[in-house]
Amino acid sequence: MPVSATISAGSDAAGNPASGIVRPDLAAATSELTRDDASLRRFLHGLPGVDEVGAEARAATLATRSIKTTAKAWAIDTAISMVDLTTLEGADTPGKVRSLCAKAIRPDPGDPAVPSVAAVCVYPDLVGTAVQALRGSRVAVASVATAFPSGRASLPTKLADVAEAVAAGAGEIDMVIDRGAYLAGRYGQVYEEIVAVKQACGTAHLKVILETGELVTLDNVRRASWLALLAGGDFIKTSTGKVNPAARPPVALVMLQAVRDFAARTGQIRGVKLAGGIRSSKEAVRYLVMVNEVAGEAWLHPETFRFGASSLLNDLLLQRHKLRTGAYDGPDYVTLD
Amino acid sequence: MTEIAKPETGFVYAPAPESAGIARLKPSYGIFVGGEFRPGRGEAVKTVNPANEEPLAEVAEANAADVEDAVAAARAAYDGGWSTLPGSARAKYLFRIARAIQERARELAVLESLDNGKPIRESRDVDVPTAAAHFFYYAGWADKLGYAGFGPDPRPIGVAGQVIPWNFPLLMAAWKIAPALAAGNTVVLKPAETTPLTALVLAEIIAECDLPPGVVNILPGGPAVGRAVVEHPGVDKIAFTGSTAVGKQIQRSVAASGKRVSLELGGKAANIVFDDAPLDQAVEGIVNGIFFNQGHVCCAGSRLLVQESIHDELVESLRDRLATLRLGDPLDKNTDIGAINSAAQLARIRELSDSGVAEGADRWSPECTLPERGFWFPPTVFTGVSQASRIAREEIFGPVLSVLTFRTPQEAVDKANNTPYGLSAGIWTEKGSRILWMANRLRAGVVWANTFNRFDPASPFGGYKESGFGREGGRHGLEAYLAH
Repeated sequence: MPVSATISAGSDAAGNPASGIVRPDLAAATSELTRDDASLRRFLHGLPGVDEVGAEARAATLATRSIKTTAKAWAIDTAISMVDLTTLEGADTPGKVRSLCAKAIRPDPGDPAVPSVAAVCVYPDLVGTAVQALRGSRVAVASVATAFPSGRASLPTKLADVAEAVAAGAGEIDMVIDRGAYLAGRYGQVYEEIVAVKQACGTAHLKVILETGELVTLDNVRRASWLALLAGGDFIKTSTGKVNPAARPPVALVMLQAVRDFAARTGQIRGVKLAGGIRSSKEAVRYLVMVNEVAGEAWLHPETFRFGASSLLNDLLLQRHKLRTGAYDGPDYVTLD
Repeated sequence: MTEIAKPETGFVYAPAPESAGIARLKPSYGIFVGGEFRPGRGEAVKTVNPANEEPLAEVAEANAADVEDAVAAARAAYDGGWSTLPGSARAKYLFRIARAIQERARELAVLESLDNGKPIRESRDVDVPTAAAHFFYYAGWADKLGYAGFGPDPRPIGVAGQVIPWNFPLLMAAWKIAPALAAGNTVVLKPAETTPLTALVLAEIIAECDLPPGVVNILPGGPAVGRAVVEHPGVDKIAFTGSTAVGKQIQRSVAASGKRVSLELGGKAANIVFDDAPLDQAVEGIVNGIFFNQGHVCCAGSRLLVQESIHDELVESLRDRLATLRLGDPLDKNTDIGAINSAAQLARIRELSDSGVAEGADRWSPECTLPERGFWFPPTVFTGVSQASRIAREEIFGPVLSVLTFRTPQEAVDKANNTPYGLSAGIWTEKGSRILWMANRLRAGVVWANTFNRFDPASPFGGYKESGFGREGGRHGLEAYLAH
């Protein structure tokens, strides 16, 4: 993966950043940190706090970046390649999923230069349909699991959910954390669940949904991000899309800081996925600016940054067309799904 | 997971310049006296764009005779009805000016960036909106002066002579003019010699708002014009923002004259970061504290006092953050660091920075290419600075940060106060009780907690010790313009 090469160039063999700063080797210390609720609490509550006013202000300043012409074209194509095209409705059918998969592979039927999206995200029972529809393409199949979206089920049920999705061919699993346990301070339980799900994933990549709208404070977002990263999540993800507020700029800021700091302390690059409520190209481009300036350019890659979205893709296509022709298309010039 | 090809080019922000044409530059500007624009009888001076050293316009500056005219016009306006106009009527004019500033916000922002060198992001998002906000705020006070805490019927003082600096040309004009007019005074204002243009557009706005002639007079010029305003016997009140050296001269020259004076002078603010601070936000606050407006800020957080236990970690994060700052064309909307305002200021920053190296501090700047023409200085951080070093004691007024350490809260207070200045300070900690303990002990006019360089018209601003006296902004800011 090109991104890890970038990092290891700046690190020594043990994965410590080459800055000369002596920091505890987190990888070695993880078992100590995660031994029980109290140890986890000591570590997570020892992380620097987040000042909400300051975080809001920083996110607002980043949003004033003006991305035009060539930069905008690059950003729109990159954003398209980072979309997890999602349908998570009770009314989902195989037909709907097949249609979405066709769009995922070729978002704009009139322009083969438009990149494919990163993945299609569905419920576990529709993974098989998606796998079949995406065969031969570079689009991954992601599945939500672990009693999505509430996560209110026993661990064996959650693991069975994961196993089913993996068996059906899902390459990526989007799990939810137990927010109830987190808010009750049972960090060990949340940690253990993530570890167990990661194990059940096998080679599938694990995205850990924090549901930041239910964690509410940015301090919680930072701690939950670290908890998920310590437990082995490949991605930390904001939201299920079923709770408001979903992805917000200050939340994205704190999560990007978490993966940045985690990489600095362990040498391991983990990803961030923003989901829920991102509908316009302008928002997507602003988030890419944030990734670029907060985490760094190494994260500007579908391996390490994703948008979970459905309607966003069409706005990206409309803006892409506008950029090339100077004219806006109507909504009937992009496909519904 | 399937490998997805990374787009070939990186995320390179394309230039996004604001058009210089929006500034509606005129080839020449004059003075504004008695409601009329006319060429001053002093020198004709070219004002230059500090970002490329190109001349912007010629300014026919005022001379001593023009100062006479302006003070006479201000006196006539004062006696001719402005001072006895009902507060609600004065408020109408101030509200009108505030709205007109908003209407011409884009023009003012571009003009400010051209003349001063500051990034358009700052002139657009800070200078111009805050200037309008000051007029709105003091418009609200004009008919409520009896409730401001200075007696039931406070009176204006008379003619105010106001001399302002080049770092926030329009905003400082607003800070000076708005409370003076709200309280019923008339004004003779001298903008800084290198940045007269936005004050002259403000004069246009004032003329368009039908303010009675002579209520506001604006006289671009150099130090001689400033001195003539300050020493004029017809001026009842002096308000000055600028260097401590000039402030001392003013204080000497007005001694025993009976003139009221308020001075807002230099600073060497300590930005104090404890080990329990919200570190990411503290890094932002440090950046905003010293690199906002290229450090041309009297209350800039130019001394970073960091608890020794987190020194290395904080400095590393700060360096990472500085590497993302974008230095260049002030009119580009993505520029974070603009140009130094003048060759003279650049020379001073260079001289002091070199002294820092000579005194053994470690100098660091992110990699950045400076434009070939114009006045530029990279964001610079000195570590290993001792309390005795010149860069820890003298005001640099540029993008240069000195990092010092402390071990205990008391030591932080002692070091922060160990300066002849006392304008502002910052405290970063998640512990509320410590913020209050520190704030009670810091000898600084403004103490920010978990933020820095925040300005609001409702908040008083001003210094201790060599940073001056008197307050601007808020209810307190009225006192300087009221006899009571």
